[in-house]
Amino acid sequence: MASAGSSHDRGSLEEPRGPQGTASGPDRPERRRAFVARGLTKVYGKGEVAVHALRGVDLELFEGELAVLLGPSGSGKSTLVNIMGGLDLPTAGQVFFHDLELTAFDERALTAYRRENVGFVFQFYNLVPSLTARENVALITDIARDPLPAEEALALVGLAERLDHFPAELSGGEQQRVAVARAIAKRPEVLLCDEPTGALDSKTGVLVLEAIERVNRELGTTTAMITHNAAIADMADRVISLADGRIAGVRENATKSPARALAW
Amino acid sequence: MRALNRKLLRDLWKIKTQVLAIAVVVGCGVAIIVMALGTMRSLEETRAAYYERYRFADVFAHVKRAPEYLAERVARIPGVKWVESRVVADVTLDVPGMAEPATGRLVSIPEHGRPALNDIKLRRGRALAPDRPDEVLIDETFAEAHGFRPGDHFFAMINDKKRKLRIVGVALSPEYIYSVGPGVLVPDKRRFGVMWISREALASAFDLEGAFNDISLSLLPSASSAEIIERLDDLLDPYGNTGAYDRDDQVSHAYLSGEMDQLVAVATVAPPIFLGVAAFLLHIVITRLVATEREQIGLLKSFGYGNAAVGWHYLKVVLVVAGLGVVLGFAGGAYLGRVMTELYTEFFRFPFLYYRLSPDVFAMAALVTLSAAVLGTINAVWRAVRLPPAEAMVPAPPAVYRRTAIERLEPRGLVGQPTRMVFRHIVRWPLRAAMTTLGISLAVAILVSSLFFYDAIEHLVQVYFHHAQRQDVTVTFTEPSAERIVHEIGRLPGVLAVEPYRAVPVRLRFGHRSERVAITGLEPGAALHRVLDARLRPAAIPPDGIVLSTKLAELLAAAPGDVLTVEVLEGRRPVRQVPVAALVEEYIATPAYMDRHAVNRLMSEGPVLSGAYLQVDAREAEALYRTLKDTPVVAGVGLQTVMLRTFRETMAETMDIMISFYVAFGGLIALGVMYNSARIALSEHGRELATLRVLGFTRFEALYILLGELGVLTLLALPLGCLIGYGLAWFFAWSFDTELFRIPLVIERATYGAAVLVVLVAGAASALIVRRRVDRLNLVAVLKTRE
Repeated sequence: MASAGSSHDRGSLEEPRGPQGTASGPDRPERRRAFVARGLTKVYGKGEVAVHALRGVDLELFEGELAVLLGPSGSGKSTLVNIMGGLDLPTAGQVFFHDLELTAFDERALTAYRRENVGFVFQFYNLVPSLTARENVALITDIARDPLPAEEALALVGLAERLDHFPAELSGGEQQRVAVARAIAKRPEVLLCDEPTGALDSKTGVLVLEAIERVNRELGTTTAMITHNAAIADMADRVISLADGRIAGVRENATKSPARALAW
Repeated sequence: MRALNRKLLRDLWKIKTQVLAIAVVVGCGVAIIVMALGTMRSLEETRAAYYERYRFADVFAHVKRAPEYLAERVARIPGVKWVESRVVADVTLDVPGMAEPATGRLVSIPEHGRPALNDIKLRRGRALAPDRPDEVLIDETFAEAHGFRPGDHFFAMINDKKRKLRIVGVALSPEYIYSVGPGVLVPDKRRFGVMWISREALASAFDLEGAFNDISLSLLPSASSAEIIERLDDLLDPYGNTGAYDRDDQVSHAYLSGEMDQLVAVATVAPPIFLGVAAFLLHIVITRLVATEREQIGLLKSFGYGNAAVGWHYLKVVLVVAGLGVVLGFAGGAYLGRVMTELYTEFFRFPFLYYRLSPDVFAMAALVTLSAAVLGTINAVWRAVRLPPAEAMVPAPPAVYRRTAIERLEPRGLVGQPTRMVFRHIVRWPLRAAMTTLGISLAVAILVSSLFFYDAIEHLVQVYFHHAQRQDVTVTFTEPSAERIVHEIGRLPGVLAVEPYRAVPVRLRFGHRSERVAITGLEPGAALHRVLDARLRPAAIPPDGIVLSTKLAELLAAAPGDVLTVEVLEGRRPVRQVPVAALVEEYIATPAYMDRHAVNRLMSEGPVLSGAYLQVDAREAEALYRTLKDTPVVAGVGLQTVMLRTFRETMAETMDIMISFYVAFGGLIALGVMYNSARIALSEHGRELATLRVLGFTRFEALYILLGELGVLTLLALPLGCLIGYGLAWFFAWSFDTELFRIPLVIERATYGAAVLVVLVAGAASALIVRRRVDRLNLVAVLKTRE
């Protein structure tokens, strides 16, 4: 199967235009752009019941940064991340991942793109109950090109001792850390987390955030994390706020708080 | 409509295909009950009414010639109600437009008044007129086969004279509901006909004035037929009695009873399979429904719905699905019953055969079905009843899995995670996996055991027509004839080889058991008509002793070496002790064989013959037939090719329809089990699969995880199904095993192959339907929703 990385012909080779959107930070040429989105519009449904999830979003994510997408329910942050993750296509607009135009991909190419480049962490962990922690990670490393060993990925999230436990034998926080290990074990270029602490209490939530922070720092994985919890924004390089399908503001944290210092 | 009922209907609508699949399986079971028992009931009632209205006799006997006054003495046997003496004779017919000779059975009826027993029903034309010896009434099947109408005529060889017979009417008799010619396997409408002629005419033609050669008795309800048969035999024995017998040995009655037994066998075996599978399918669907509606159950209970109301709600789901199946089954069963009845009207001749829909059969089928459905699901419903509301509102904890024992042996990394998921899932619900396997294997078994009939019949044809009875023509003589007739027959046109035989009616006794059969004396080294041993190799007839067919040996409980008492029922009626020399395999009737010379010695007679087997040059067959029709000594002519053709035609008529029904039923079971299995897997693993798809698994990889389990179970089910199919085939062969007919237990590899193929196609169809749903999995939803 053609991997997204090798299917340049599928995407447009047109160079993304310069950073001029509202979401782009100050022009810093030393930072390479992982994602560029231009004029993203997403409308669900038709006529009177049409829901405008995105109303013309321009956005850039830089390689290796940890970006938090902040906003209330229905602000469009999940739709945006789904499109970046290759799960959904916009009604209008373009998304580039490096020089690949995701919006020109078909189903098969999007699957290959997700398989090769993207790590996902879900709000409700979504582990496979019939597989142990190690096997849940191996599920992904078995099909990846240059993965971390499953044990190493689990050690990275602090679960070296829980390798052979089934999900039913793990706490919520542990399950979510297995999910993080599963997401990063294939060394993805980008890690997308949708409310990773949404189902957890503050204390276990912090452990999960620490794992994400460590992956971002040590593996240099570009990370986009959705949350409606403003307290989490302090650990980000940049905080992108969404409201009503538009970028409401972009804030750069001069100093990042370590995840360990967060509380809510 | 109450809100809860509306929920019920919408829940059912959401799983409508599954509901339909289960209802169809239920329907198959119900349809078979309604069809088999309904048809059996119709046959039974019709037969009883027919027998009563037309006074079918209870006991029958044939003699050579008995004076008429003997009939009065028979009537005085205590327990005898009515007696009817007759003249009955088989003659060779020359039917216009037909080259080969036919056999006619001439049965006398009184010139005035009705016969006391075995009355006939005039269907067309008029009754016989007095003093018209050339008038006959003919049997309806024979009339239809030749397009005969009152006014037509044909010729018969009556006592050495060719006579023209004029048809004045068409009739039916309870004695010949199923009518088959002498020495023939299946009814041949063209070549065997029963005809009724005036007693005076027939008696004078056969020199039986003031005498009879056939007598029928009806008995008082309290009488014992065994005792009366004994006393009747005592009276008739001096007159060439061939042994009285009751209805159980009367061909038409026995065949009809066998048919009814087969219907009962079908109604006993098939419905439990279908209803069992349906109950299991309902069980997994309700279990899954209760699991997915866990929170709704909690909600209902917290709103104040009682446990009983919740239980009743899910029970209603069961009853609606099973009820739908019952309705489908009623319609299907009524339809199948009509098809069966039409088949029977073709095969059996009743003046009235109506397929009555008996309400009690329907009620019984519905009751059995609904009970099976409720019994199968009560456990799942009880789970919903027992669920405490507070616990129900919290999502169920993740299912607990364990490593399987086999895995501990497996070196890590050999098996991929998807395969591991498949196996853990099977082990997690072992009972369900076992039941699914059983369900699929039952589908295979139904297919194997219904297609098996083709193999069995083909084998029977091969053995009977190609290995054992290889003659082209069988000629029976009117009287035992001297050996020189062999040379005369050998000179007839087209005759390549002649093999004479001597057949005598006997009663064989061993211990307290006895059987009425004919011993056929074959020429030593016979090459046309041979006997086969248990391994179907030609066996030589020993110069002394008797050779029994295996079924006859079983009926007599005799084995080689045992000495039988042979009471000859012809000629001087000697009684002799004869040892059993060997057993031979025969699928039709219960013959016994001896060396021809040994039979002549047994009879203390010279070298006389009863008939001959001929090998004939096909090009000159017509000339031979013409000659045989006019040869006075010939009483009957049997043609192997015609017999084989009618045998195949009859089998095709009766089996094709039933077998296609059962093949369809087998396919439907396979589809029902496999489709439901795949849908349940999708329901349980949908979220897992969507997650994997998000993580970059392809559709094919997702489908592998989803259908891997079903694939593994199917692979297990195929050999198991073949095995169960063999068992079912054995059961059918065993339950159809009668004195008239046996079905060899032979199943060809192609039959197993066809059964497996049908099930695999059903599996592929289920996979295709489910694949479309996997393609449409909502990937975005799993990111946000809890299970």
